[in-house]
Formats: sequence, C-alpha cells, structure tokens
Amino acid sequence: MVATFTRPGWYRAALCTVLAAAFGVGIVVVLRAISGLPAFQSEQTGYPQVVVPLITAPLGFLLGIGCFDYWLRWGFGLPTIPDDHSSHGAYSWKDYFKVNTDHKVIGVQYVVTSFIFFLIGGLMAMLIRAELAQPGTQIVGAATFNSLFSTHAVLMIFVFIIPMFAGMANYVLPLMIGAPDMAFPRLNALSYWMLPLAGILFLASFLAPGGAFDAGWTGYAPLSTGAPLGQSFFNIGVQFAGFSSIFTALNFLVTIITMRAPGMTFWRMPLLVWANLSTSLLVVAATPFISGAQFMVLLDRVLHTNFFQFGAGGDVISYQHIFWFYSHPAVYIMILPGFGIISEVISVHSRKPIFGYRLMALALIGIVVLSYSVWAHHMFVAGMFSWLRVPMMLTTLLIAVPTGIKIFSWLGTLYFGKIHTKSTAMLFALAMIVTFTVGGISGVMLGMVPFDIHVSDTYFIVAHIHFVLFGGSVFTIFAGLYHWFPKMTGRMYDEKLGRVHFWGTLIGTWGTFIPMHWVGMDGMPRRVADYASQFGNWNLLISCFAFMLGAVQLIFVYNMIMSWRFGPKAPANPWGGKSIEWLVSSPPPVFNFDEIPRVVGGPYEYGIPGARHAIMPGEGAEVPATRQTMVGS
Amino acid sequence: MFTNRLPIAKMAGAVVALAAIIAAVMLSINWNGAEDSTAAPKIDNLMNIMIVLSSIVFAIVVVALAYALIAFRAKPGDESDGEPIHGNTRLEIAWTVIPTIIVLFAGGWSWKVLDEIEEQNPKHLTVDVFSQQYAWSFGYPGKGYAWSQGVLHVPVNRQIVFKMHSQDVIHSFWVPQWRIKKDNVPGITTTAIVTPTKTGTFQLICTELCGFGHASMRAKVIVQSQSAFDKWVEGLKEKVPTDMMVSVKEDTETNPEPLERVEAE
Ligand code: HEM
Ligand SMILES: [Cu+2]
Ligand SMILES: [Cu+2]
Repeated sequence: MVATFTRPGWYRAALCTVLAAAFGVGIVVVLRAISGLPAFQSEQTGYPQVVVPLITAPLGFLLGIGCFDYWLRWGFGLPTIPDDHSSHGAYSWKDYFKVNTDHKVIGVQYVVTSFIFFLIGGLMAMLIRAELAQPGTQIVGAATFNSLFSTHAVLMIFVFIIPMFAGMANYVLPLMIGAPDMAFPRLNALSYWMLPLAGILFLASFLAPGGAFDAGWTGYAPLSTGAPLGQSFFNIGVQFAGFSSIFTALNFLVTIITMRAPGMTFWRMPLLVWANLSTSLLVVAATPFISGAQFMVLLDRVLHTNFFQFGAGGDVISYQHIFWFYSHPAVYIMILPGFGIISEVISVHSRKPIFGYRLMALALIGIVVLSYSVWAHHMFVAGMFSWLRVPMMLTTLLIAVPTGIKIFSWLGTLYFGKIHTKSTAMLFALAMIVTFTVGGISGVMLGMVPFDIHVSDTYFIVAHIHFVLFGGSVFTIFAGLYHWFPKMTGRMYDEKLGRVHFWGTLIGTWGTFIPMHWVGMDGMPRRVADYASQFGNWNLLISCFAFMLGAVQLIFVYNMIMSWRFGPKAPANPWGGKSIEWLVSSPPPVFNFDEIPRVVGGPYEYGIPGARHAIMPGEGAEVPATRQTMVGS
Repeated sequence: MFTNRLPIAKMAGAVVALAAIIAAVMLSINWNGAEDSTAAPKIDNLMNIMIVLSSIVFAIVVVALAYALIAFRAKPGDESDGEPIHGNTRLEIAWTVIPTIIVLFAGGWSWKVLDEIEEQNPKHLTVDVFSQQYAWSFGYPGKGYAWSQGVLHVPVNRQIVFKMHSQDVIHSFWVPQWRIKKDNVPGITTTAIVTPTKTGTFQLICTELCGFGHASMRAKVIVQSQSAFDKWVEGLKEKVPTDMMVSVKEDTETNPEPLERVEAE
C-alpha cells in the first residue's frame, strides 16, 4: 500500500499534486495572515489562493510522476537507482503513460499529446466558425466567443505546433545523426511532461470564475492585466510550455553539436537537423521573453505591480515590445522545423539531392538572425515611436529573401528527379510549396507599412496567419507524420485514405482562408463575434469550407489509429531514403544502434552509383570513405 | 548547363500568361472598397504594384511546380534515382539577388507613400478622439472644446490630425474608406492624419480587441463641408469632461502636443 505511493507513477503523482496544491494554498494563507490580510481574496484579478496552487500543483505532479527522482536522489546524496535503461523502450501501451527516457517513446508521447490538443483546438475552431456563419449572435455570447478564439490560438500555438515539431524531431533527429539518444534523456522526459500540464492549465481556465482567458493569444496589457482569473491560467500555462520548449531546445543544441556520428560534419547533416538547430537557437534566446512578459502581467494582476498599468507609471506599449520580441521569432519556431521536414520529404520522394544544400542551410541561419530584428512589424499601428517603422519594414521584407530561397530550392530539387507521388507525404509537401507561397506573399504585403495600416487587425491577418500556419506548418506536420509513420509504428498507413485526407485538407484550406483576405480588406475586423451583414455570404462560405476541413481530419485520425493497429508491416526503408533513420529497422531497436554508424558522405547522395551517406556497423568497408559534394552540373 | 535541357521559352511564356491572367483578375477587383481620403488611392496603388509583382512570383512557382510534375514523374515501377545535380551557383545567386531587389523596391515605394500620407499640413484641424469600453467620443478645438459622443464630424478636403486617447484598454481607430488606422493607447497620445476627400457617412470601427463589446464598438463618421461642420460644432452643447483630459498623463514622442495645449487652441 505504502509502496504504491512511494514508487514514481500516477498514484504518487495524484498524491503529490494534492499536497502541492494544499501547500500553495497554505503559503498564501500564512503570508497573508502575517501581513494582516484576510486569508482569501477574490478580486477579479487576484485570487492568490488559486494562482499560487496553479504553480505548485503542476510541480507536485512532475515530482510525483517521477521526473525529478534521479536528480533529487543524486542531489541529496542518496544512492541513485542505477541507470539500467529499464525506462527505455515501450513494451505495452502503458509504458507511454510513464516517465520514460527513450527519445523514441518521448517522441511518440509528444506527437500523440499535441495531436489531441490539435483536435480540441480544432473543435473550438468549429464552434467559432459556427458562430460566425451568420451575422448576429446565435451560438455563443460575445464573452465566450473571446475565450474561444483565445484558447483556440493558444492551444494551437503552444501545445500543438511547437511541441508537435519538438516531438517529431525528438523521434527522428537522434536517429538521423546516429546518436543513441538525446544528450539529456531525463531533461527530455521532464520537457515532455510539462506539455500536457500546460495544455490542461489552458483548458482548465474555462472553469475559472469569469471564464477562460479572453484577451487573445497576444494577451495585450492592459486588457490582460484587468481580465478575470482565467488570464492567470494563461500566464502560468505559458511558463510550463515555455520551459518545456527551452529545455528541449537546449537538448537539441547539445545533441546536435556533440553527438553526431563520426564523419557527420556540419555540412553532412540532413536539412532537418539544420532546421532544428536553427529553431533551437531561436527558442533558447527568444522564449525567455514571453515567460518574462507573462510573469510581469501575472505580477501586475496579483501583486499589483505596475509594469503595464498606465495609471501608475507603467508602460502599456512595452508589453507589446517584449511579447513580439518572442512571438515574431516564434512564428519561425513554428515553421523552420517544417522547412526541414519538407526538405527531407521532397528529396527522398523525388530521388534527387537537395538543390543548393549549403544555401538552404545558410538561409535557415539567415532567417534566425533576421528574425530578431523584425518584431515591431506587428506594431506598425500600435502607436510606438514612429521612426522604428521603416527600419523594421526593411528587415521584414528582407526576411522574405531566405524564405524565397527555400521555395525555389525545393522546386529546383524536383527538376531531373524521379518524382514519386504515391506517398501522401509528398502530396502535402508539394502542396505546401504553393500554399506557403501565398502566405509569404501576404506577409510581404503586410510588411509594407502603408498597406499594413489598412489591414492590420482585420481578417486579412487571419488569412495570412492561417496560410502560413495551416498551409505551412500544419501541412509540413502532415507530410512528416505520413513520411515517418512507418518508421515510428512499424506499420504502413492506408494511402487511399491519405489521399482523401490530403485533397480535403487542401481544398478546405484554400476555401476557408482565401476569402478571409477579401473580407478583411473590405472592412471586417478580426476577433469579432458579430459583423456587418454585408459580409454574411462570404462568412457562410468560409464556415462551410471550415466544417469540411474539420471533418476530413477525422479521416486522418481513423487512418492513423487503424493503420497503427492493423496496417501491413513496414519495411525498414519504404521510401528509399538515404539518411540514417532509414538504415535501421522499423520501428528502430530500443537503443537505436548496436554500434554507432559511420558517416561517409552527404545526406542526399541520390543518383551517384555507390555513394553512401552512412555505413552501418557490420557492413563491409568497400564503400568509398569520403566523397566531395558536387556543386554545379 | 542543365537549363539548356528545359523548354525555357515555353515555360517563360506560361509564366507570363499565367501572371497576366492572375494580375488582370486581381486588379479588376475592388478589394478595399471606396477611396475616400487622399491616402486611399496611394495605398491602393502600392497594393496594385504588389499584386503585379506577386502574380509574377506566384506564377513562377506554379509553372515551375507544374512542369516538374509533368516532366519528371517517375514511371510506374521505376525505382531508379534522379540525376545527381546538387545545385547551380548562378541560379542560386539569381534567386537570392532578384528577390532582394524586388523587396527593396517595394520597401522604397512604401517608405515614399508613408512619408506622403503622414506629411502634416500647417492648416490642419486637430480633433481629439477619446475611446473607452465600448464607446467613442470626440473633442473639437475652439474656445468651448466641444464634445460629441458616438458621432464624429469632420470637414471635407481639409487635413485632420487626430489626437487619440484611451481611458481604459487599447482600442483602435479604423475607417476602412480612409485606409487609416491607429491604436488608442491608455497613458499616451497617438496621432493619425487623414484628409477626407468625400462627403458622406462612414463607420468608425474598433479593431483592437477590447473586451466583450469589441465587435459592436462603432461610431458614425460624417464628412461634410467646412461651413456645415462649423455650424454643427457651434451647436454642440457639451464640453469635453475634465476627467477625460486628466487621463492623459504622459507626453511621448508620438505626442508632441499634450492635451492641455489642444484645449487652449
Ligand atoms: C515571408 C515571410 C513573412 C512575412 C514578411 C510576414 C509578415 C508579417 C507581418 C508584417 C505581420 C503583422 C501584421 C499585423 O499584425 O498588422 C504578420 C503577422 C503574423 N504572421 Fe507573418 N510573415 C511572414 C511569415 C510568417 C510565418 C512563416 C508565420 C508562421 C508560421 C507567420 C505567422 C504570423 C502570425 C501568427 C501573425 C499574426 C500575429 C497576431 O497578430 O496574432 N508569418 N506577418
Ligand atoms: Cu512577425
Ligand atoms: Cu475594440
């Protein structure tokens, strides 16, 4: 009985969560008693007796489930449980519900968890579109509507797209670079377990008095500093999501820099690895800014500091500067890993080396550098010092150049290749090129200050962000999931269902988001529960396409679940890829490699007889040891 | 050069044709609605230039993709590799440099338009905009400092400099037909400059999320002749309440004139 609660696991987690929450409440009551204040306070922004447990309870959960066991034992000088890797590999479905340090298990945990949040966020989108199908108020009131689009965006950004990419890279990246695992497997597990906590905090805000947070995903002060309790759930949830991202990024950086297989120089890394290297550089430096911004809002709300309260010397606009200093880089955090996926998929399925590999890698680094110098393009009409607009406009426009390089190089890769479109992965990759181009074009238009003045905060923005995030990021996620599904599960998925899902998604995306450009330019603001009746027909059309887009995602879910359970067994290398993850079995062995592979060439050596990227242990040495990458033709 | 092996002329023809069709269709649509300020045609022109440039870029991408899919599809059962072409330095330089030139051109033009639409005319009229959850009100210069709620009157063909103030959270001032938008930020004064060119009734729309009443936070805008405007202001009974004036605490670079000076006009 006692053992149930001392062993790491769900029982201990439940117990620790409750104890930690009680501890949080206790601290508030004691500190308030010492200060001579009444024990509880329920002003709309206050509720310290709720806010503090919101921080302590998730930490208690992490402690209970076992994320800190090894470190704590070590820290207190207790005998550490010998690292016998018993927490590697998953032998039954139950192993996915335990703290596991295997990057492949963590990868699957990440992917599945974030996909669940995608479905929940998607359901909210359906509600939003149902309300907007007609002018007037039909389904939800204006306040609930604000909560819905705020939580929709926050779920999609913080607990779907960002961690989904982290999860896919978690699975594939160590295999790709020939590493047995990530550099810090326990930190990796901790990063994962913070993710569901963040999502649950966001969702739990619906239970708070006053409803879920409703100041948008941007949470601009002073709307957020004065909002009901739900806003604090957002402030705290972002901390968990943010720390999760930062830890993962550190892990990727160290893994990529120090754990590449012998022979894998930087210029022999697959572009997915380059992409995650760049993304991680963005995450580690930018994410602290959103943590800071949300902490400051939380302090303004609960402790009545005055960072952003204008009445007492706070500066309203500085919130936006801090927020966007993270959140512009964040939009690239949400697409660079996708760029990496597309590069892999296109090269493998057209059986061609990436066109201009080095320029592709340099473009990623260029985007990282430029990303830090464009944040104020979100603030062209915000009333900030006006001189900053033109420099930020020029850097914003310039960032389209490395983005364009990616597009053109993918197209170049197709030429003189052997394009296979039998895989749904390739369909999504090809469609992403076109769809993302549209989002890039609208981005450039938004970068031009005079035009932005007109369309900022209208449906045009909604159109832009969905073309880049749905037509860009989500398409790359689907491409990647289809591409690596056989590797992750050891099964093949159903291509016919994949095709239906693809066409439905493509048509749904264009049908839903193209008309939004127009209604925005024509006068419909964003984030509104109701609108002028002149936009009624367009919105009805948009909603119809949106419902279709939502419905076809169920086909994907069905396909994945059924194929995972009953699909035909997948060969090690169903697509004929060259990078190392395809040279191990599907799914890979528990410890990836018996012996670390040796890398002898570039990752995309298609069409060169005898050329190899890597030699697996046990293979003969008849393969050329090194070969120069050919440039030009 | 492997590019010799592509029907470059035909592809270029397809790009030109497709770009022409897209651009023609897009230019024929009146995206932004009526142009009722001096800024509107300039911004729309800028947009039209971008439509043409974007149509070309989009057409290049689509034609390049379509041709690749037609010419380089693997035959069923063909499991061989494509050609080991790793890149082409000239092409890579081209698609780095040409887009750079295009975006810098767009940036230069935007800069010019921005300067033009924000140039202050010494004979401008200053009007104060006050926003609060979920209502707009307006203060007009003159010794009375008259106040109107929910309806804004301005004279036609005269530059108006709006000085914007918010009492609570951020709101944003947008009249689509004028193409002008500016946030009203609590604690500071922001400025927007408009020269309306058509008389009539318009809608002022709040575009910054400001709470549950955001969607309905609208005001009526009436653009009329100078004499009708003067008469209307003359007839206003109320003065701007003092608590609105003192809410403006700070002076920033965007606010060269604090509210008090406006009052003295
Ligand atoms: C060619 C590249 C791009 C350019 C030049 C660009 C430019 C811009 C500009 C100027 C804005 C601000 C508009 C406004 O609020 O008035 C904006 C908004 C936004 N962009 Fe992009 N963008 C680009 C690519 C992307 C990508 C790749 C993503 C994400 C995958 C993205 C996501 C967003 C989001 C989420 C917003 C809206 C933020 C909000 O206000 O809620 N953009 N973009
Ligand atoms: Cu941005
Ligand atoms: Cu509003």
